[in-house]
Amino acid sequence: MSTLQQASGHSIDVERLRQQFPILSRTVRADQRLVYLDSGATSQKPLAVLDAEREYYLTSNAAVHRGAHQLAEEATEAYEGSRARIARFVGARAEQLVFTRNATESINLLAYAFSNTTDKARLGSPRPEGSDRLVLRPGDEILVTEMEHHANLVPWQEVCDKTGATLRWIGLTHDGRLDLSDLGTLVNERTRVVSFVHQSNLVGTINPVHEITQAARSVGAWVFLDACQSIPHMPVDVSTLGVDAVSWSGHKMLGPTGIGCLWATEELLFAMPPFISGGSMIETVTMERSTYADPPKRFEAGVPMVAQAVGLAAACDMLDDLGMDNVAAHDGDLTAYSLERMAELPAVRVVGPTSTHMRGSAISFVVDGVHPHDVGQVLDSRGIAVRVGHHCAWPACRALGVPATTRISPYVYNDRADIDAFIDALASVRDVFGVR
Amino acid sequence: MQDLYQEIILDHYRNPQGRGLREPFEAQVHHVNPTCGDEIDLRLHLSTIDGVTVVDDVSYEGQGCSISQASASVLYDSVVGQPLDEALASLDRFQEMLQSKGEISGDEETMGDAVAFAGVAKYPARVKCALLPWMAWKDAVVRVTEGENR
Repeated sequence: MSTLQQASGHSIDVERLRQQFPILSRTVRADQRLVYLDSGATSQKPLAVLDAEREYYLTSNAAVHRGAHQLAEEATEAYEGSRARIARFVGARAEQLVFTRNATESINLLAYAFSNTTDKARLGSPRPEGSDRLVLRPGDEILVTEMEHHANLVPWQEVCDKTGATLRWIGLTHDGRLDLSDLGTLVNERTRVVSFVHQSNLVGTINPVHEITQAARSVGAWVFLDACQSIPHMPVDVSTLGVDAVSWSGHKMLGPTGIGCLWATEELLFAMPPFISGGSMIETVTMERSTYADPPKRFEAGVPMVAQAVGLAAACDMLDDLGMDNVAAHDGDLTAYSLERMAELPAVRVVGPTSTHMRGSAISFVVDGVHPHDVGQVLDSRGIAVRVGHHCAWPACRALGVPATTRISPYVYNDRADIDAFIDALASVRDVFGVR
Repeated sequence: MQDLYQEIILDHYRNPQGRGLREPFEAQVHHVNPTCGDEIDLRLHLSTIDGVTVVDDVSYEGQGCSISQASASVLYDSVVGQPLDEALASLDRFQEMLQSKGEISGDEETMGDAVAFAGVAKYPARVKCALLPWMAWKDAVVRVTEGENR
Protein backbone atom coordinates (compact mmCIF):
# COMPACT_ATOMS: atom_id res chain seq x y z
CA MET A 1 0.00 0.00 0.00
CA SER A 2 1.33 3.41 -0.86
CA THR A 3 1.75 6.40 1.41
CA LEU A 4 -0.71 8.13 -0.83
CA GLN A 5 -3.55 5.81 0.06
CA GLN A 6 -2.75 5.97 3.73
CA ALA A 7 -2.74 9.74 3.48
CA SER A 8 -5.96 10.19 1.60
CA GLY A 9 -7.88 6.93 1.83
CA HIS A 10 -8.88 6.69 -1.82
CA SER A 11 -8.34 3.65 -3.86
CA ILE A 12 -5.57 3.84 -6.42
CA ASP A 13 -2.84 1.41 -5.49
CA VAL A 14 0.05 3.25 -7.11
CA GLU A 15 2.65 0.62 -6.32
CA ARG A 16 0.62 -2.09 -8.03
CA LEU A 17 -0.33 0.19 -10.90
CA ARG A 18 3.31 1.05 -11.57
CA GLN A 19 3.96 -2.61 -12.46
CA GLN A 20 1.92 -1.87 -15.58
CA PHE A 21 4.52 0.76 -16.58
CA PRO A 22 7.97 -0.84 -16.96
CA ILE A 23 9.41 2.47 -18.18
CA LEU A 24 8.93 3.87 -14.68
CA SER A 25 11.46 1.34 -13.38
CA ARG A 26 14.29 2.51 -15.60
CA THR A 27 16.99 4.87 -14.50
CA VAL A 28 18.08 8.06 -16.22
CA ARG A 29 21.11 10.37 -16.09
CA ALA A 30 23.59 8.09 -14.36
CA ASP A 31 21.46 5.79 -12.24
CA GLN A 32 18.85 8.20 -10.99
CA ARG A 33 15.37 6.81 -10.42
CA LEU A 34 13.04 8.20 -13.12
CA VAL A 35 10.38 10.46 -11.67
CA TYR A 36 8.08 11.14 -14.59
CA LEU A 37 6.15 14.38 -14.05
CA ASP A 38 5.47 15.26 -17.67
CA SER A 39 2.17 13.48 -18.30
CA GLY A 40 0.60 16.74 -19.46
CA ALA A 41 2.85 16.42 -22.52
CA THR A 42 2.26 12.70 -22.92
CA SER A 43 1.40 9.93 -20.48
CA GLN A 44 3.29 6.66 -20.19
CA LYS A 45 1.71 3.55 -21.69
CA PRO A 46 0.68 0.53 -19.61
CA LEU A 47 1.40 -3.07 -20.64
CA ALA A 48 -2.33 -3.57 -21.14
CA VAL A 49 -2.32 -1.01 -23.97
CA LEU A 50 0.84 -2.38 -25.56
CA ASP A 51 -0.47 -5.95 -25.26
CA ALA A 52 -3.77 -5.00 -26.88
CA GLU A 53 -1.98 -3.47 -29.87
CA ARG A 54 0.38 -6.42 -30.15
CA GLU A 55 -2.48 -8.91 -29.88
CA TYR A 56 -4.33 -7.11 -32.65
CA TYR A 57 -1.28 -7.22 -34.93
CA LEU A 58 -0.53 -10.84 -34.02
CA THR A 59 -4.02 -12.19 -34.61
CA SER A 60 -6.34 -9.94 -36.62
CA ASN A 61 -4.32 -7.43 -38.61
CA ALA A 62 -5.99 -6.45 -41.90
CA ALA A 63 -7.29 -3.33 -43.62
CA VAL A 64 -10.66 -2.40 -42.15
CA HIS A 65 -13.94 -1.83 -44.01
CA ARG A 66 -12.76 -3.76 -47.08
CA GLY A 67 -11.69 -7.25 -47.97
CA ALA A 68 -13.85 -10.38 -48.00
CA HIS A 69 -11.84 -12.44 -45.58
CA GLN A 70 -12.08 -13.33 -41.93
CA LEU A 71 -9.14 -11.17 -40.85
CA ALA A 72 -10.72 -8.12 -42.46
CA GLU A 73 -13.91 -8.86 -40.55
CA GLU A 74 -12.04 -9.20 -37.29
CA ALA A 75 -10.02 -6.05 -37.90
CA THR A 76 -13.18 -4.11 -38.70
CA GLU A 77 -14.78 -5.47 -35.54
CA ALA A 78 -11.71 -4.48 -33.51
CA TYR A 79 -11.74 -0.97 -34.96
CA GLU A 80 -15.47 -0.32 -34.64
CA GLY A 81 -15.61 -2.07 -31.27
CA SER A 82 -12.87 0.25 -30.05
CA ARG A 83 -14.83 3.24 -31.32
CA ALA A 84 -17.84 2.13 -29.28
CA ARG A 85 -15.67 1.50 -26.21
CA ILE A 86 -13.96 4.90 -26.39
CA ALA A 87 -17.29 6.63 -27.04
CA ARG A 88 -18.76 4.95 -23.95
CA PHE A 89 -15.82 6.28 -21.90
CA VAL A 90 -17.01 9.85 -22.54
CA GLY A 91 -20.76 9.17 -22.53
CA ALA A 92 -21.12 9.28 -26.32
CA ARG A 93 -22.51 7.07 -29.06
CA ALA A 94 -20.09 5.44 -31.49
CA GLU A 95 -21.55 7.24 -34.53
CA GLN A 96 -20.58 10.57 -32.97
CA LEU A 97 -16.90 9.74 -32.57
CA VAL A 98 -14.37 10.54 -35.31
CA PHE A 99 -10.81 9.25 -35.10
CA THR A 100 -8.05 11.67 -36.06
CA ARG A 101 -4.27 11.63 -35.70
CA ASN A 102 -4.34 13.82 -32.60
CA ALA A 103 -6.33 16.61 -30.95
CA THR A 104 -4.65 19.20 -33.17
CA GLU A 105 -6.09 17.44 -36.19
CA SER A 106 -9.51 17.23 -34.51
CA ILE A 107 -9.57 21.00 -34.07
CA ASN A 108 -8.30 21.54 -37.61
CA LEU A 109 -11.12 19.32 -38.87
CA LEU A 110 -13.57 21.75 -37.24
CA ALA A 111 -11.73 24.86 -38.40
CA TYR A 112 -11.45 23.64 -41.99
CA ALA A 113 -15.18 22.86 -42.00
CA PHE A 114 -15.74 26.62 -41.74
CA SER A 115 -13.19 27.80 -44.29
CA ASN A 116 -14.02 25.02 -46.76
CA THR A 117 -17.77 25.60 -46.46
CA THR A 118 -17.25 29.34 -46.88
CA ASP A 119 -15.23 28.72 -50.05
CA LYS A 120 -17.87 26.35 -51.43
CA ALA A 121 -20.67 28.80 -50.65
CA ARG A 122 -18.78 31.56 -52.48
CA LEU A 123 -18.44 29.38 -55.59
CA GLY A 124 -21.86 27.78 -55.31
CA SER A 125 -20.29 24.29 -55.11
CA PRO A 126 -22.29 21.43 -53.62
CA ARG A 127 -22.13 21.21 -49.85
CA PRO A 128 -23.95 19.27 -47.15
CA GLU A 129 -27.44 20.18 -46.12
CA GLY A 130 -27.48 22.26 -42.96
CA SER A 131 -24.04 23.75 -43.64
CA ASP A 132 -25.23 27.38 -43.90
CA ARG A 133 -24.28 27.89 -40.27
CA LEU A 134 -20.68 27.09 -41.22
CA VAL A 135 -20.41 29.94 -43.73
CA LEU A 136 -18.43 32.86 -42.29
CA ARG A 137 -18.43 36.44 -43.54
CA PRO A 138 -16.40 39.56 -42.71
CA GLY A 139 -17.83 40.93 -39.48
CA ASP A 140 -18.51 37.49 -38.03
CA GLU A 141 -16.58 36.73 -34.87
CA ILE A 142 -14.77 33.70 -33.50
CA LEU A 143 -14.16 33.74 -29.76
CA VAL A 144 -11.31 31.87 -28.06
CA THR A 145 -9.44 32.52 -24.81
CA GLU A 146 -5.99 33.82 -24.06
CA MET A 147 -5.10 30.52 -22.36
CA GLU A 148 -5.51 28.36 -25.46
CA HIS A 149 -2.90 25.86 -26.51
CA HIS A 150 -1.64 26.95 -29.96
CA ALA A 151 -3.70 24.02 -31.33
CA ASN A 152 -6.92 25.84 -30.46
CA LEU A 153 -5.67 29.26 -31.53
CA VAL A 154 -3.64 29.06 -34.73
CA PRO A 155 -6.31 27.12 -36.71
CA TRP A 156 -8.88 29.84 -35.88
CA GLN A 157 -6.43 32.58 -36.90
CA GLU A 158 -6.15 30.75 -40.21
CA VAL A 159 -9.95 30.58 -40.54
CA CYS A 160 -10.14 34.34 -39.95
CA ASP A 161 -7.47 34.99 -42.59
CA LYS A 162 -9.40 32.89 -45.09
CA THR A 163 -12.94 34.11 -44.37
CA GLY A 164 -12.57 37.68 -43.13
CA ALA A 165 -14.02 36.77 -39.73
CA THR A 166 -12.57 38.50 -36.66
CA LEU A 167 -10.83 36.67 -33.84
CA ARG A 168 -11.69 37.77 -30.29
CA TRP A 169 -10.56 36.34 -27.00
CA ILE A 170 -11.41 36.19 -23.33
CA GLY A 171 -8.46 37.57 -21.35
CA LEU A 172 -6.81 36.23 -18.20
CA THR A 173 -6.75 37.33 -14.58
CA HIS A 174 -3.35 37.66 -12.89
CA ASP A 175 -3.78 34.23 -11.28
CA GLY A 176 -4.42 32.48 -14.57
CA ARG A 177 -8.20 32.23 -14.67
CA LEU A 178 -10.49 33.51 -17.40
CA ASP A 179 -11.62 37.09 -16.93
CA LEU A 180 -15.31 36.65 -17.62
CA SER A 181 -16.27 40.17 -16.54
CA ASP A 182 -16.96 41.23 -20.14
CA LEU A 183 -18.29 37.91 -21.38
CA GLY A 184 -21.59 39.64 -22.20
CA THR A 185 -19.78 41.94 -24.68
CA LEU A 186 -17.39 39.37 -26.10
CA VAL A 187 -20.26 37.02 -26.85
CA ASN A 188 -22.62 39.00 -29.05
CA GLU A 189 -24.88 38.62 -32.09
CA ARG A 190 -21.79 38.55 -34.38
CA THR A 191 -20.26 35.58 -32.51
CA ARG A 192 -20.41 32.45 -34.66
CA VAL A 193 -17.94 30.16 -32.91
CA VAL A 194 -16.82 29.90 -29.30
CA SER A 195 -13.91 27.49 -28.89
CA PHE A 196 -12.16 27.14 -25.56
CA VAL A 197 -10.02 24.90 -23.44
CA HIS A 198 -11.59 22.83 -20.65
CA GLN A 199 -8.42 22.65 -18.57
CA SER A 200 -5.34 24.78 -19.25
CA ASN A 201 -2.23 22.81 -20.17
CA LEU A 202 -0.08 25.71 -18.93
CA VAL A 203 -1.56 26.60 -15.55
CA GLY A 204 -4.07 23.82 -14.84
CA THR A 205 -7.13 26.09 -14.59
CA ILE A 206 -10.45 24.30 -15.12
CA ASN A 207 -12.80 26.62 -16.97
CA PRO A 208 -16.53 27.07 -16.26
CA VAL A 209 -17.92 25.23 -19.28
CA HIS A 210 -21.55 25.81 -18.39
CA GLU A 211 -21.30 29.60 -18.02
CA ILE A 212 -19.44 30.10 -21.30
CA THR A 213 -21.61 27.60 -23.15
CA GLN A 214 -24.82 29.26 -21.99
CA ALA A 215 -23.61 32.65 -23.20
CA ALA A 216 -22.61 31.16 -26.56
CA ARG A 217 -25.92 29.30 -26.90
CA SER A 218 -27.89 32.47 -26.25
CA VAL A 219 -26.50 34.01 -29.45
CA GLY A 220 -26.66 30.79 -31.49
CA ALA A 221 -22.90 30.26 -31.76
CA TRP A 222 -21.24 26.88 -32.18
CA VAL A 223 -19.42 25.80 -29.02
CA PHE A 224 -16.27 23.66 -29.16
CA LEU A 225 -14.26 22.34 -26.24
CA ASP A 226 -10.60 21.35 -26.17
CA ALA A 227 -10.61 18.58 -23.56
CA CYS A 228 -7.03 17.29 -23.98
CA GLN A 229 -6.12 17.96 -20.37
CA SER A 230 -9.48 17.20 -18.79
CA ILE A 231 -10.60 13.84 -20.20
CA PRO A 232 -7.47 12.02 -18.93
CA HIS A 233 -7.90 13.43 -15.43
CA MET A 234 -11.59 13.67 -14.53
CA PRO A 235 -14.93 12.13 -15.44
CA VAL A 236 -16.21 13.91 -18.55
CA ASP A 237 -19.60 13.16 -20.09
CA VAL A 238 -19.65 14.95 -23.42
CA SER A 239 -23.40 14.48 -23.83
CA THR A 240 -24.17 16.66 -20.80
CA LEU A 241 -21.73 19.51 -21.51
CA GLY A 242 -24.08 21.25 -23.92
CA VAL A 243 -21.32 21.84 -26.46
CA ASP A 244 -21.28 20.94 -30.16
CA ALA A 245 -17.87 19.29 -30.31
CA VAL A 246 -15.10 18.03 -28.03
CA SER A 247 -11.51 17.32 -29.09
CA TRP A 248 -8.92 15.28 -27.24
CA SER A 249 -5.94 13.03 -27.83
CA GLY A 250 -5.28 9.41 -26.93
CA HIS A 251 -1.68 9.69 -25.83
CA LYS A 252 -2.32 11.83 -22.76
CA MET A 253 -4.72 9.22 -21.29
CA LEU A 254 -2.46 6.14 -21.26
CA GLY A 255 -3.20 5.46 -24.95
CA PRO A 256 -0.83 5.34 -27.92
CA THR A 257 0.34 8.26 -30.01
CA GLY A 258 -1.17 8.64 -33.48
CA ILE A 259 -4.81 8.68 -32.44
CA GLY A 260 -7.00 11.61 -31.49
CA CYS A 261 -10.74 11.95 -31.05
CA LEU A 262 -13.41 14.34 -32.13
CA TRP A 263 -16.87 13.98 -30.65
CA ALA A 264 -19.59 16.12 -32.22
CA THR A 265 -23.34 16.35 -32.39
CA GLU A 266 -25.05 14.77 -35.40
CA GLU A 267 -26.20 18.22 -36.48
CA LEU A 268 -22.60 19.39 -36.77
CA LEU A 269 -21.16 16.14 -38.12
CA PHE A 270 -23.65 15.96 -40.97
CA ALA A 271 -23.23 19.67 -41.80
CA MET A 272 -19.45 19.47 -42.18
CA PRO A 273 -17.80 18.80 -45.54
CA PRO A 274 -14.88 16.35 -45.68
CA PHE A 275 -11.54 17.53 -44.31
CA ILE A 276 -9.08 14.99 -45.74
CA SER A 277 -10.57 13.27 -48.77
CA GLY A 278 -9.82 10.09 -50.71
CA GLY A 279 -10.54 6.42 -50.14
CA SER A 280 -12.93 5.05 -47.52
CA MET A 281 -14.81 8.31 -47.03
CA ILE A 282 -16.94 8.19 -50.19
CA GLU A 283 -20.43 7.08 -51.05
CA THR A 284 -20.13 7.10 -54.87
CA VAL A 285 -17.32 8.25 -57.17
CA THR A 286 -17.45 9.16 -60.86
CA MET A 287 -14.87 11.05 -62.93
CA GLU A 288 -16.88 14.24 -62.54
CA ARG A 289 -17.63 14.19 -58.86
CA SER A 290 -18.12 12.22 -55.67
CA THR A 291 -20.60 12.01 -52.85
CA TYR A 292 -19.52 11.28 -49.36
CA ALA A 293 -20.18 8.71 -46.69
CA ASP A 294 -22.07 9.64 -43.56
CA PRO A 295 -20.06 10.61 -40.48
CA PRO A 296 -17.89 9.41 -38.90
CA LYS A 297 -16.51 7.68 -42.03
CA ARG A 298 -16.76 10.94 -44.01
CA PHE A 299 -13.84 12.21 -41.90
CA GLU A 300 -11.68 9.08 -41.94
CA ALA A 301 -10.06 8.91 -45.38
CA GLY A 302 -7.51 6.20 -46.06
CA VAL A 303 -6.59 3.17 -43.97
CA PRO A 304 -7.10 4.26 -40.37
CA MET A 305 -5.03 3.73 -37.22
CA VAL A 306 -6.63 0.45 -36.14
CA ALA A 307 -4.00 -0.70 -33.66
CA GLN A 308 -4.00 2.69 -31.99
CA ALA A 309 -7.79 2.57 -31.63
CA VAL A 310 -7.48 -0.87 -30.03
CA GLY A 311 -4.78 0.47 -27.71
CA LEU A 312 -6.85 3.49 -26.75
CA ALA A 313 -9.85 1.27 -25.99
CA ALA A 314 -7.60 -0.74 -23.64
CA ALA A 315 -6.54 2.53 -21.99
CA CYS A 316 -10.22 3.36 -21.43
CA ASP A 317 -10.67 -0.07 -19.82
CA MET A 318 -7.81 0.62 -17.45
CA LEU A 319 -9.03 4.12 -16.55
CA ASP A 320 -12.55 2.79 -15.95
CA ASP A 321 -11.09 0.01 -13.79
CA LEU A 322 -9.35 2.64 -11.73
CA GLY A 323 -12.51 4.73 -11.79
CA MET A 324 -12.33 8.29 -13.14
CA ASP A 325 -13.61 9.64 -9.81
CA ASN A 326 -10.64 7.95 -8.15
CA VAL A 327 -8.29 9.29 -10.82
CA ALA A 328 -9.59 12.81 -10.20
CA ALA A 329 -9.27 12.37 -6.43
CA HIS A 330 -5.75 10.96 -6.80
CA ASP A 331 -4.64 13.82 -9.08
CA GLY A 332 -6.34 16.29 -6.75
CA ASP A 333 -4.42 14.94 -3.80
CA LEU A 334 -1.09 15.20 -5.67
CA THR A 335 -2.00 18.72 -6.78
CA ALA A 336 -2.78 19.83 -3.24
CA TYR A 337 0.36 18.17 -1.91
CA SER A 338 2.55 19.69 -4.65
CA LEU A 339 1.16 23.20 -4.09
CA GLU A 340 1.66 22.85 -0.35
CA ARG A 341 5.26 21.66 -0.67
CA MET A 342 6.16 24.23 -3.34
CA ALA A 343 4.93 26.97 -1.00
CA GLU A 344 7.71 25.91 1.40
CA LEU A 345 10.28 27.26 -1.07
CA PRO A 346 10.30 31.07 -0.97
CA ALA A 347 12.09 31.47 -4.31
CA VAL A 348 9.46 29.39 -6.12
CA ARG A 349 6.36 31.11 -7.50
CA VAL A 350 3.45 29.15 -8.91
CA VAL A 351 2.11 30.68 -12.13
CA GLY A 352 -1.65 30.14 -12.14
CA PRO A 353 -4.13 29.15 -9.44
CA THR A 354 -2.48 28.45 -6.09
CA SER A 355 -5.52 26.72 -4.61
CA THR A 356 -7.00 23.39 -5.73
CA HIS A 357 -10.34 25.05 -6.51
CA MET A 358 -11.18 24.43 -10.20
CA ARG A 359 -7.66 23.41 -11.12
CA GLY A 360 -6.02 20.27 -12.42
CA SER A 361 -2.63 18.74 -11.80
CA ALA A 362 -0.57 20.72 -14.31
CA ILE A 363 1.40 23.19 -12.18
CA SER A 364 3.61 25.82 -13.81
CA PHE A 365 6.15 27.73 -11.77
CA VAL A 366 9.18 29.97 -11.94
CA VAL A 367 12.23 30.08 -9.70
CA ASP A 368 13.53 33.50 -8.80
CA GLY A 369 16.87 34.14 -10.55
CA VAL A 370 16.98 30.94 -12.63
CA HIS A 371 15.54 30.54 -16.11
CA PRO A 372 12.80 27.87 -16.41
CA HIS A 373 14.85 25.91 -18.93
CA ASP A 374 17.78 25.73 -16.52
CA VAL A 375 15.42 24.69 -13.71
CA GLY A 376 14.23 21.81 -15.88
CA GLN A 377 17.80 20.79 -16.67
CA VAL A 378 18.77 20.63 -12.99
CA LEU A 379 15.65 18.60 -12.22
CA ASP A 380 16.53 16.28 -15.13
CA SER A 381 19.99 15.73 -13.66
CA ARG A 382 18.19 14.34 -10.59
CA GLY A 383 15.92 12.10 -12.67
CA ILE A 384 12.88 14.37 -12.53
CA ALA A 385 11.24 14.72 -15.96
CA VAL A 386 9.34 18.00 -16.36
CA ARG A 387 8.41 20.26 -19.24
CA VAL A 388 9.94 23.69 -19.83
CA GLY A 389 9.21 26.56 -22.19
CA HIS A 390 6.00 28.25 -23.25
CA HIS A 391 4.09 24.94 -23.44
CA CYS A 392 2.55 25.89 -26.81
CA ALA A 393 0.63 28.60 -24.97
CA TRP A 394 2.86 31.56 -25.74
CA PRO A 395 0.14 34.23 -25.50
CA ALA A 396 -0.87 32.88 -22.07
CA CYS A 397 2.74 33.14 -20.88
CA ARG A 398 2.87 36.72 -22.13
CA ALA A 399 -0.42 37.56 -20.42
CA LEU A 400 0.89 36.14 -17.16
CA GLY A 401 4.15 38.08 -17.48
CA VAL A 402 6.56 35.16 -17.81
CA PRO A 403 8.73 34.31 -20.83
CA ALA A 404 8.44 30.62 -20.01
CA THR A 405 7.75 28.30 -17.09
CA THR A 406 8.77 24.93 -15.72
CA ARG A 407 5.80 22.59 -15.34
CA ILE A 408 5.02 19.42 -13.44
CA SER A 409 2.00 17.37 -14.45
CA PRO A 410 1.55 14.28 -12.26
CA TYR A 411 -0.82 11.45 -13.13
CA VAL A 412 -2.18 8.14 -11.85
CA TYR A 413 1.21 6.42 -11.54
CA ASN A 414 2.78 9.18 -9.46
CA ASP A 415 2.69 9.33 -5.69
CA ARG A 416 3.72 11.67 -2.92
CA ALA A 417 7.23 10.20 -2.92
CA ASP A 418 7.59 11.46 -6.51
CA ILE A 419 6.55 14.94 -5.40
CA ASP A 420 9.02 14.77 -2.48
CA ALA A 421 11.82 13.85 -4.89
CA PHE A 422 10.82 16.79 -7.09
CA ILE A 423 10.78 19.19 -4.15
CA ASP A 424 14.22 17.98 -2.95
CA ALA A 425 15.69 18.60 -6.41
CA LEU A 426 13.88 21.91 -6.77
CA ALA A 427 15.33 23.11 -3.47
CA SER A 428 18.84 22.62 -4.90
CA VAL A 429 18.31 24.60 -8.11
CA ARG A 430 19.39 28.00 -6.89
CA ASP A 431 22.60 26.57 -5.39
CA VAL A 432 23.66 25.20 -8.78
CA PHE A 433 23.46 28.70 -10.23
CA GLY A 434 24.88 30.42 -7.16
CA VAL A 435 21.74 32.53 -6.72
CA ARG A 436 21.36 33.71 -3.17
CA MET B 1 25.37 18.15 -15.46
CA GLN B 2 28.69 19.83 -14.61
CA ASP B 3 29.51 19.12 -18.28
CA LEU B 4 26.71 21.44 -19.23
CA TYR B 5 26.95 24.18 -16.64
CA GLN B 6 30.69 24.85 -16.74
CA GLU B 7 31.79 27.59 -14.38
CA ILE B 8 32.84 29.66 -17.41
CA ILE B 9 29.27 29.50 -18.74
CA LEU B 10 27.78 30.51 -15.40
CA ASP B 11 30.28 33.40 -15.17
CA HIS B 12 29.22 34.69 -18.56
CA TYR B 13 25.55 34.26 -17.57
CA ARG B 14 26.01 36.29 -14.37
CA ASN B 15 28.30 38.90 -15.94
CA PRO B 16 27.47 39.13 -19.62
CA GLN B 17 30.04 40.88 -21.84
CA GLY B 18 28.94 43.49 -24.34
CA ARG B 19 25.26 43.36 -23.45
CA GLY B 20 23.05 46.29 -24.49
CA LEU B 21 22.12 47.69 -27.90
CA ARG B 22 24.58 50.28 -29.23
CA GLU B 23 25.11 52.64 -32.16
CA PRO B 24 26.37 52.60 -34.84
CA PHE B 25 25.25 49.43 -36.60
CA GLU B 26 24.58 48.32 -40.16
CA ALA B 27 22.16 45.49 -39.39
CA GLN B 28 19.80 44.54 -36.60
CA VAL B 29 18.18 41.12 -36.36
CA HIS B 30 15.66 39.48 -34.08
CA HIS B 31 15.90 35.72 -33.60
CA VAL B 32 13.77 33.42 -31.48
CA ASN B 33 13.92 29.81 -30.49
CA PRO B 34 10.31 28.81 -31.15
CA THR B 35 10.46 25.70 -28.99
CA CYS B 36 11.34 27.52 -25.77
CA GLY B 37 10.70 31.20 -26.48
CA ASP B 38 14.27 32.46 -26.06
CA GLU B 39 14.80 35.73 -27.92
CA ILE B 40 17.70 37.91 -28.97
CA ASP B 41 17.93 41.31 -30.66
CA LEU B 42 21.39 41.74 -32.11
CA ARG B 43 23.15 44.59 -33.89
CA LEU B 44 26.30 44.31 -35.97
CA HIS B 45 28.79 47.05 -36.77
CA LEU B 46 31.52 46.27 -39.31
CA SER B 47 34.44 48.58 -40.11
CA THR B 48 37.16 48.47 -42.73
CA ILE B 49 40.65 48.93 -41.35
CA ASP B 50 43.57 48.87 -43.84
CA GLY B 51 41.31 47.17 -46.40
CA VAL B 52 40.28 44.42 -43.95
CA THR B 53 36.67 44.06 -42.79
CA VAL B 54 36.64 43.90 -39.01
CA VAL B 55 33.83 43.13 -36.57
CA ASP B 56 33.82 46.45 -34.76
CA ASP B 57 30.91 45.80 -32.44
CA VAL B 58 28.23 43.24 -31.67
CA SER B 59 25.58 44.55 -29.30
CA TYR B 60 22.56 42.64 -28.09
CA GLU B 61 19.62 42.33 -25.74
CA GLY B 62 17.84 39.09 -25.08
CA GLN B 63 16.07 36.86 -22.68
CA GLY B 64 16.48 33.18 -22.22
CA CYS B 65 18.23 30.41 -20.37
CA SER B 66 21.77 30.51 -19.02
CA ILE B 67 23.09 28.66 -22.07
CA SER B 68 21.68 31.08 -24.65
CA GLN B 69 22.57 34.17 -22.63
CA ALA B 70 26.10 33.01 -21.83
CA SER B 71 26.57 32.07 -25.47
CA ALA B 72 25.75 35.64 -26.53
CA SER B 73 28.39 36.92 -24.12
CA VAL B 74 30.98 34.44 -25.44
CA LEU B 75 30.04 35.42 -29.01
CA TYR B 76 30.83 39.04 -28.14
CA ASP B 77 34.20 38.09 -26.66
CA SER B 78 35.03 35.78 -29.57
CA VAL B 79 34.25 37.97 -32.56
CA VAL B 80 34.51 41.65 -31.62
CA GLY B 81 37.80 43.11 -32.81
CA GLN B 82 38.42 40.14 -35.11
CA PRO B 83 38.69 40.31 -38.89
CA LEU B 84 35.37 39.14 -40.28
CA ASP B 85 36.96 36.07 -41.94
CA GLU B 86 38.38 34.88 -38.65
CA ALA B 87 35.15 35.59 -36.82
CA LEU B 88 33.27 33.48 -39.35
CA ALA B 89 35.84 30.71 -38.84
CA SER B 90 35.10 30.91 -35.09
CA LEU B 91 31.42 30.45 -35.86
CA ASP B 92 32.22 27.36 -37.97
CA ARG B 93 34.31 25.82 -35.19
CA PHE B 94 31.63 26.58 -32.59
CA GLN B 95 28.87 25.14 -34.73
CA GLU B 96 30.88 22.06 -35.65
CA MET B 97 31.64 21.36 -31.99
CA LEU B 98 28.01 21.78 -30.93
CA GLN B 99 26.67 19.57 -33.67
CA SER B 100 29.23 16.81 -33.05
CA LYS B 101 27.11 15.08 -30.35
CA GLY B 102 30.10 15.39 -28.03
CA GLU B 103 32.69 13.96 -30.48
CA ILE B 104 34.61 17.23 -30.84
CA SER B 105 35.73 18.81 -27.58
CA GLY B 106 37.13 22.00 -29.13
CA ASP B 107 40.52 23.63 -28.94
CA GLU B 108 40.92 26.18 -26.18
CA GLU B 109 43.82 27.86 -28.03
CA THR B 110 41.64 28.89 -30.95
CA MET B 111 38.23 28.99 -29.30
CA GLY B 112 38.83 30.54 -25.88
CA ASP B 113 35.81 30.47 -23.55
CA ALA B 114 33.69 29.01 -26.34
CA VAL B 115 35.15 25.53 -25.60
CA ALA B 116 33.15 25.55 -22.38
CA PHE B 117 30.11 24.80 -24.54
CA ALA B 118 31.51 21.39 -25.59
CA GLY B 119 29.34 19.73 -22.93
CA VAL B 120 26.22 21.31 -24.38
CA ALA B 121 26.65 19.09 -27.46
CA LYS B 122 25.68 16.09 -25.31
CA TYR B 123 22.28 17.64 -24.62
CA PRO B 124 20.54 17.82 -28.02
CA ALA B 125 17.70 19.95 -26.66
CA ARG B 126 20.17 22.64 -25.58
CA VAL B 127 22.27 22.89 -28.76
CA LYS B 128 19.80 25.36 -30.22
CA CYS B 129 20.06 27.49 -27.07
CA ALA B 130 23.81 27.83 -27.53
CA LEU B 131 23.54 28.48 -31.27
CA LEU B 132 20.79 31.13 -31.05
CA PRO B 133 23.07 34.21 -30.69
CA TRP B 134 25.61 32.86 -33.18
CA MET B 135 22.94 32.22 -35.82
CA ALA B 136 21.55 35.71 -35.21
CA TRP B 137 25.04 37.13 -35.69
CA LYS B 138 25.56 35.09 -38.88
CA ASP B 139 22.25 36.40 -40.21
CA ALA B 140 23.35 39.98 -39.46
CA VAL B 141 26.64 39.40 -41.29
CA VAL B 142 24.79 38.07 -44.34
CA ARG B 143 22.45 41.06 -44.33
CA VAL B 144 25.32 43.56 -44.24
CA THR B 145 27.60 41.83 -46.73
CA GLU B 146 24.82 40.96 -49.21
CA GLY B 147 23.46 44.49 -48.85
CA GLU B 148 26.82 45.81 -50.01
CA ASN B 149 26.89 43.53 -53.03
CA ARG B 150 23.45 44.58 -54.16
